Amino acid sequence: MSDRRRKPAAGRLALRQGKVDMSHGSGGRAMAQLIEEIFLKHLDNPLLRQGDDFAVMDMPPGRLVMSTDGHVVSPLFFPGGDIGELAVNGTVNDVAMSGARVLHLSAGFIIEEGFPLADLDRIVGSMARAAETAGVTIATGDTKVVERGKGDGVFISTTGIGVLADGVRISGKRAAPGDAVIVSGGIGEHGVAIMASREGLGFETDILSDTAPLNGLVAAMVAAVPDIHVLRDPTRGGLAATLNEIAHQAGVGIRLEEARIPLRPEVAGACELLGLDPLNVACEGRLIAICAAEDAERLLAAMRAHPLGRDAAIIGRVVEDPERFVTMRTGMGGERVVDWIAGEQLPRIC
Amino acid sequence: MTGATFGEAADAGLRYVEDFRDEKLARTLAEAIVREVEPGREYAIMEFCGGHTHAIFRHGVQDLVPDNVRYVHGPGCPVCVLPVPRLDAAIALAEEHDVILCTYADMMRVPASRKKSLMKARANGADVRMVYSALDALAVARDNPEREVVFFAIGFETTTPPTAVALLQARAEGLRNFSVFCNHVLTPAAIHHLLGDPADAGDREKVRIDGFLGPSHVSAVIGHAPYEEPARLYRKPVVIAGFEPLDVMQSTLMLVRQINAGECRVQNQYVRAVTREGNRKAQALVNKVFRVREIFEWRGLGWVPNSALAIQPEYAGLDAEERFAIHHSGGRDVKGCECPAILRGVKKPTDCRLFGTVCTPENPQGSCMVSSEGSCAAYWTYGRFRERAAGGEGARP
Repeated sequence: MSDRRRKPAAGRLALRQGKVDMSHGSGGRAMAQLIEEIFLKHLDNPLLRQGDDFAVMDMPPGRLVMSTDGHVVSPLFFPGGDIGELAVNGTVNDVAMSGARVLHLSAGFIIEEGFPLADLDRIVGSMARAAETAGVTIATGDTKVVERGKGDGVFISTTGIGVLADGVRISGKRAAPGDAVIVSGGIGEHGVAIMASREGLGFETDILSDTAPLNGLVAAMVAAVPDIHVLRDPTRGGLAATLNEIAHQAGVGIRLEEARIPLRPEVAGACELLGLDPLNVACEGRLIAICAAEDAERLLAAMRAHPLGRDAAIIGRVVEDPERFVTMRTGMGGERVVDWIAGEQLPRIC
Repeated sequence: MTGATFGEAADAGLRYVEDFRDEKLARTLAEAIVREVEPGREYAIMEFCGGHTHAIFRHGVQDLVPDNVRYVHGPGCPVCVLPVPRLDAAIALAEEHDVILCTYADMMRVPASRKKSLMKARANGADVRMVYSALDALAVARDNPEREVVFFAIGFETTTPPTAVALLQARAEGLRNFSVFCNHVLTPAAIHHLLGDPADAGDREKVRIDGFLGPSHVSAVIGHAPYEEPARLYRKPVVIAGFEPLDVMQSTLMLVRQINAGECRVQNQYVRAVTREGNRKAQALVNKVFRVREIFEWRGLGWVPNSALAIQPEYAGLDAEERFAIHHSGGRDVKGCECPAILRGVKKPTDCRLFGTVCTPENPQGSCMVSSEGSCAAYWTYGRFRERAAGGEGARP
């Protein structure tokens, strides 16, 4: 930021030492200034510049897809990303999992009184970069300030809209016995990066969050195989929760091969130390695809040709199972259930 | 966990995880076990520690050993064996004495008397904080000099030295607001109890055990010598086993050989970290601040002599039991909960009427379903499809 080293001119926001106060959410001049000097500075685009409480946009052909997501990550800044980047990628990915082209986002900020303006500036800056990478605009937004102690720094809620081409019918319900299950890359990296940076854990790794916008990868996949049955990003609860959701939704079982699941040794090691199962740990830049067996190799090739799908692998298949179990042949050659996690994922004690 | 590796990273360092989970080695060991077992003979092997139970289930070890080698799950889960009255006492500390209670996370959801738990106490306003170690609790005490801070210490010999360090550190710093509610328990005493004269166990049924897998992390502290007496006395072989699935399989092979030969030695499979004498420095720390209690109540085992630690009188000022009035609530397990029999190895989780019906990890009725080392949690999380294959009851999704 060019103006960081200069003494703030009279009337300008003190981006270096300043804090968000209640007036920044009051609807008065202070709020207008916050919007101008932080939000517009970074996110500027014609829709936002309209200056209304809404954005008016042209209606593209196709069906509209909409999704919303609240972001409350702690810590706000973590290895490989921050809440701003996550808020953009999270919603871009939710919309993209329909197979849609993602167009615009809205962003609602709930900021705690006393939050450093420098941090807000940094977060909005990384939202702008993430939106640019994903090729979307932030078309409209809102800011609220809550009293000190009533929030935890900043929460960001984003909503996205996209447009879906005819013929694409992606849904968890479509997983069918015989289908192949593909994951786009190594699992567990976001969750381990967050856990490692949490206060009190006293644990250091070089593992970075995998947060990334998946709409480009999805576009390449849909182009290669328009009849993808299921797409889903394994965020909270990790691969295990996502596959169980799909199994329940479609009334099928899923059988995995542990040896085929991409997993960085550093993540495996960190999970071992923390007493976690990597299958339960969140990803923020990975997706699971389920497609007909005869389409699997073509889809896999398209994924591997994209930078975010370089390590994609077929990890299992959908099977008939009225009881909807997700099971796995372990690396040792045994069998086990892959279950949803109960409660919070917490390290073992001895 | 094995997995497709990312070449460079794997080359850069030792593969501490994958090398102990190699499928080829597992197959070789499995073949050796098949060759050694005598057909028609049952091998009941108790894995004392819940960590082993989870390794067995998570990696499907029982699929690799012959059917007549049966793993019997033991009481080695500190969360599971803590009896309801001690948990009631911890909740009372937080609710009635208004202390900051620092606890390991596993304890949070264990059901106490009157449908309470530490999680519910916290939701109702009690100051209960999750910590990863005793030293974290010490930090909480430093940061809150105006509040009483109690560390809810549980665990076998592995967690005891860190608690000892916290006590010594608190003494050295002159922290006046820190104390420990000590519930540390001892592995060899529990093994004596499991194998000893049935009369000592009241009318409780005993389980047949042909040999023990001993917890290697406990032996890293106490060594393997303490198992020599029970092994000789009750004529049962003990193998100190690591926690990787290949460790478990190799140890199983060692036990099978001893059982076949009618031997009852203590063998050490986990030579990477365990010696006969153990960690003398850790033992000295423990002896400095703790003494053995004459008797202590265990969930499942009842009152077991010489089976737990209390804080030495010289450190009474740091002992929550001296500082606060702690009563025995008389609280009991939830009606129908089979945790006590499961902890003795007499019943399997699927023998419990509550398993998978009213008792699930989301809504636990007993401690064995809560802890990451509990047998019920292992069955539910990794193994419940097995009952379906056998036409049993535990297969409900």
